[in-house]
Amino acid sequence: MHIMYFTERPYREVPEEEVIKNRSFFGVPNRFFDREVGSRLYNEYLDEAVYAEEMGFDGIMLNEHHGTPFCMGAVMNVEAAILARITKKVRIVLLGNPLPTLKNPLRMAEELAEIDLISKGRLVPGWVRGAGSEQIFNNANPAYNREYFNEAHDVVIAAWTRPGPFRWEGKHFTYRFVNPWVLPYQKPRPPIWIPGVISAETVVWCAQHRYPYIGLGTALQSTVELWNLYGDTAMREGYMAGPENFGYLQQIFVAETEEKAQELGKAALFGGGAANFSRPEWTLPPGYNSKEATRRLARQATDYGFLGLTSEKLKESRGDGQHGKDTRGRLRRGEVGIEEAKRKIYGTYQKAQDGLQIIIGTPKSVLPKLRLIMEVLHPGVFGLFQAMGPLTLDQRMTCTRLLGQEVLPAMREIAKELGIVDPFEREPGSRPYTAGTQRDSLVDLDALKRAPQRDESIRV
Amino acid sequence: MAGDWSEEITHVAGTDLAIIKSGQGKPLLVLHEEMGHPGWLNWHAALARERTILIPIQPGFGKSPRVEAIRNVHELGLFYSWVLRDMNLAPVDVIGFSLGGWAAAEMAAANPRQFRKMVLVAPLGIKPPEGEIFDIFVVTQRTPLNLSIHDPKTTPEFALLYGGERTPEQYEAFEDARTETARIAWEPILHNRSLPYFLQGVSGLPTQIIWGREDALVPVSAAQAYQRALENTETRVTIFDDCGHRPEIEKSAEFVKLIKEFLA
Repeated sequence: MHIMYFTERPYREVPEEEVIKNRSFFGVPNRFFDREVGSRLYNEYLDEAVYAEEMGFDGIMLNEHHGTPFCMGAVMNVEAAILARITKKVRIVLLGNPLPTLKNPLRMAEELAEIDLISKGRLVPGWVRGAGSEQIFNNANPAYNREYFNEAHDVVIAAWTRPGPFRWEGKHFTYRFVNPWVLPYQKPRPPIWIPGVISAETVVWCAQHRYPYIGLGTALQSTVELWNLYGDTAMREGYMAGPENFGYLQQIFVAETEEKAQELGKAALFGGGAANFSRPEWTLPPGYNSKEATRRLARQATDYGFLGLTSEKLKESRGDGQHGKDTRGRLRRGEVGIEEAKRKIYGTYQKAQDGLQIIIGTPKSVLPKLRLIMEVLHPGVFGLFQAMGPLTLDQRMTCTRLLGQEVLPAMREIAKELGIVDPFEREPGSRPYTAGTQRDSLVDLDALKRAPQRDESIRV
Repeated sequence: MAGDWSEEITHVAGTDLAIIKSGQGKPLLVLHEEMGHPGWLNWHAALARERTILIPIQPGFGKSPRVEAIRNVHELGLFYSWVLRDMNLAPVDVIGFSLGGWAAAEMAAANPRQFRKMVLVAPLGIKPPEGEIFDIFVVTQRTPLNLSIHDPKTTPEFALLYGGERTPEQYEAFEDARTETARIAWEPILHNRSLPYFLQGVSGLPTQIIWGREDALVPVSAAQAYQRALENTETRVTIFDDCGHRPEIEKSAEFVKLIKEFLA
């Protein structure tokens, strides 16, 4: 099992009431940015990544967001390039570069090749469509989101694998002379993993490309459905999917005692947590969703998991009867104050833990929950997502140390017991599927019965 | 008023196109706005007594399939020009609302002879000298609808727009409309920087511009910008007080009277 360390690298000192008043992290006015704090945090995050390597993590996962104190990784490749030099063994996993917002995918191919070369082949690039707010920040037409994604992906792969020079004349990108001098260290190209929150279209696309799919903290019930969709698609593509095709990201915080962990772990809800990533109107800009996804949205309130797409917010974006009745709407109209809004946010703490949105405790108390997730999903890749909010460097480092010293060894034992292999032990898509036979079971439905039902209105 | 109009799918200009048709007499082309055809309203009925109203449903909206070749509003104008040729309609009188007004202006810039007279109602398409075009792409879908009129209390037809109810079907229809509008007009934000230049080439096309002084979506200052750009053709501007982006329902009687006089 490949275990990754992940942090959003949040700007931890933004005033919480500004996030709440703004009704999302995205778009908090940048007058609250302090260069001294920013400078210190970037350096701390690099130190933490090095420390995570020392503590036994196999990979450092980075991500990218724009215009938000939620995540300072606005140009993730810069951090990745530094990690390529200052770490020794860990994989540098980028989940992911937001392809539709790039105006120049050929430059992306060059940047990533440089990072792969400096790291001597430790780069795992990945791609995302980007949250709705990323399209707005980068002024990328959301109606072409999927088309930009597909073509930018094809440009990068062609630049890496097709001998140059050649001309590229696509619908959205034109290059007269594709011939990047700098090519990746890994041959034929670096392995590619794709993170996602719930889009069935993305899952099918991953399976068709034999790219591992990494579920970003999605509810176990819906993740199981996605795994099976992947498995069925793989079968049609002529290969057998297994644990090497899947990954899962889990938000977690551990401390020496249960009391301390519970007290500090509340930071995960700072500012409303990921549920407050962006406002509904910025989460689903026009055309961002496929027509089929829009049809589903129009008719049901589904939990779309990460990045703040709660059923409540979907209703709000749809403008139906619920509009404005939640705390955010009442706050906007001045019917409630910041303190009540905070009480509402932090009042969900226990439920968020009950639903496994976040796992908090001592190394000993978190393990059964991690085990349950591993039993249900058999993910070959497991990302541990360090909690958000105003935690000090020392508190974060302690968490990382406890994870490395006590949790990781136990997870590796469990993985061995469950027969979980990762994408480096077995090449994803390398096992042919024989027509007429039954495909491998990818999930454990009995274990799923033991999993708690998630309260869909709560996100961390 | 149901039954006064019909919607038919016609194969025209290389695609299937839904066209709403009603009335009798000389044809009057109506180009609808960016949220779609808002439904059959009093002003439609009033004009349909004397004119055959033809409302093509813009490709990508409602029952008209998207035409990938249309990548911007200029090309939407090229498409509608082809429709006019295929249906042998030119020269025709035209009324365009908001996005439809922009498309009509693009058509006039390309070839003013395809129209007899042109009415532009609060058209998008030119960057207003004062204020900004409201960015409809970064708000929930009903926000522009709610902002489109000045006073709902004095505008009973506001409740009837788009069927009035919040159904899943209407949610989808609005998303289709927003998606297609974003696809062709995302950047620059709902205007064409070249349009003012090319409108100077329009001559011999009597034009009536109508605006509401309190328009919260396309600032009324754009009326003057349009008038300046159309300096080489006979252009009148009428601005209604206490009126938003929909003079046709906010000042329905005055609107109908003005159109009838202008098109007479």
